[in-house]
Amino acid sequence: MGEVVGFYVLATLILVFAGLVITARNTTHSVLFLMMDFLSVAALYVLLGAEFVAVIQILVYAGGIVVLYLFVVMLVNLKRPPESYRDPRRQGKLGVVLAAAVLVEMVAVAGYSRVAPAPVAAAVSPVVGNTEEVGWLLYTQYLIPFELASMLLLVAMVGAILLSKREL
Amino acid sequence: MVDAVVIPLLKIVIVLVATLTAVSYMVLLERKVIAWTQARLGPMRVGPHGILQPIADALKLMIKEDITPARADRWVFTLAPILAMVPALIVYAVIPFGPAVEVFGRPVTLYITDINVGLLYVVSVTSVGVYGIILAGYASNSKYPMLASLRASAQLISYEVAVTLTLVSVVLVAGTLSLVGIVEAQREAHVWYLFAQPVAFALIVIGGLAETNRAPFDMPEAEQELTGGFHTEYSGMRFALFFLAEYANMIVVSSVATTLFLGGYLRPFPNVAAFGVLDIVPSWMWFLLKSFAFLYFFIWIRATLPRYRYDQLMRLGWKVLIPIAIANLVVTAIVRVLLVARVGADG
Repeated sequence: MGEVVGFYVLATLILVFAGLVITARNTTHSVLFLMMDFLSVAALYVLLGAEFVAVIQILVYAGGIVVLYLFVVMLVNLKRPPESYRDPRRQGKLGVVLAAAVLVEMVAVAGYSRVAPAPVAAAVSPVVGNTEEVGWLLYTQYLIPFELASMLLLVAMVGAILLSKREL
Repeated sequence: MVDAVVIPLLKIVIVLVATLTAVSYMVLLERKVIAWTQARLGPMRVGPHGILQPIADALKLMIKEDITPARADRWVFTLAPILAMVPALIVYAVIPFGPAVEVFGRPVTLYITDINVGLLYVVSVTSVGVYGIILAGYASNSKYPMLASLRASAQLISYEVAVTLTLVSVVLVAGTLSLVGIVEAQREAHVWYLFAQPVAFALIVIGGLAETNRAPFDMPEAEQELTGGFHTEYSGMRFALFFLAEYANMIVVSSVATTLFLGGYLRPFPNVAAFGVLDIVPSWMWFLLKSFAFLYFFIWIRATLPRYRYDQLMRLGWKVLIPIAIANLVVTAIVRVLLVARVGADG
């Protein structure tokens, strides 16, 4: 019962903050709402008993990525006159395409999880505890995706350095 | 009911009150110690030897006018000191001040909670604290606070990398993220991790100074260049919150370093029966003594070392501390694997 109430309260918060992110006129406020949104998502993870994911959510998203967003927003001057912006409503075609893509993706995920439900990993791993379990799964069942993701990050890092230091 | 609600609430109240008192007296201690270092007396007027100075300061800050700059972003300007203070206080939820003890025949643990991701919780909560600084600089709509907050956040983010990498090697040795678990692992290992991980200890001390914006890394508050720092435009109680948050963070760093490297609440030589006489000092007292030694060390450093230049600070962080932290992590991991393999071969 408490879990259900908690879920609905948090889900409402997440949606409200997400709405505020895209409606706030001030870009910095928008980034702050994004941080609140991430914190609410972290609370949702705690509710699900995934403390490790919750803490990582705060550390990486709220404490890291959104801070970088703030930097960008603060350093790039966005206070141009409103006429110089293109009206977002003119982006009709692109919007329809993007919305359709997201819809297809959601249906696909929902359908796939119905056809092939996620395996209950806890039964196979020999370790107890949230963190240990994540580590175990990352280095056994999901080793290749994990290594691929780290390669991707490395490529992104090298790319960022190349872009920022052209005269290397 | 009593165990689930009353006792945790009581513990939270006690920890908060004790922390805030400790924080205000840290300010006095700092002024006194620096004064003695410079052959001065420090605050002497309020109470004997200035012992009531923190109370006078608090009263003064409360009745001061609270100014919001005309073109400031009001909401964010109000939010920033709160965002600086809250993370500094909620970290205390996982700090183990002592083991389980009996109070009036009821077992009570001398920590608010022990979660199995304790150390990660500390790291992530303190990483949110940087918002207070960035937003203070942004919302003031003023040059110097903006520059100071950019410096401060760049500094915090850079040193966070080194500190977190270092913490990983401690976790490797302890085999747990729970802070109570780390203390108990030191009891079982018969050694403080200060001696098992001396490099990590040095890195944490340096990184801790930088993370709390303390001298010699107190660029964000370089009075001579920035007329004060990110809180230049703040006054009254909101300024006091930033001030308190800085000292609360210092206590957090000392407590975590004590827990990780100095055996936390354990007395010296916890496994040697011959030193059993040391048990007359309760465990939480040992914890406070060790943390106090750390805090004193922080103040001592401030009174001794000149400030780094900003580029030197960044060079130290990225080109010295992070490579050492990674090397330490690799060596620790290799030694750990070899030791486990040896134990496995024996057993």
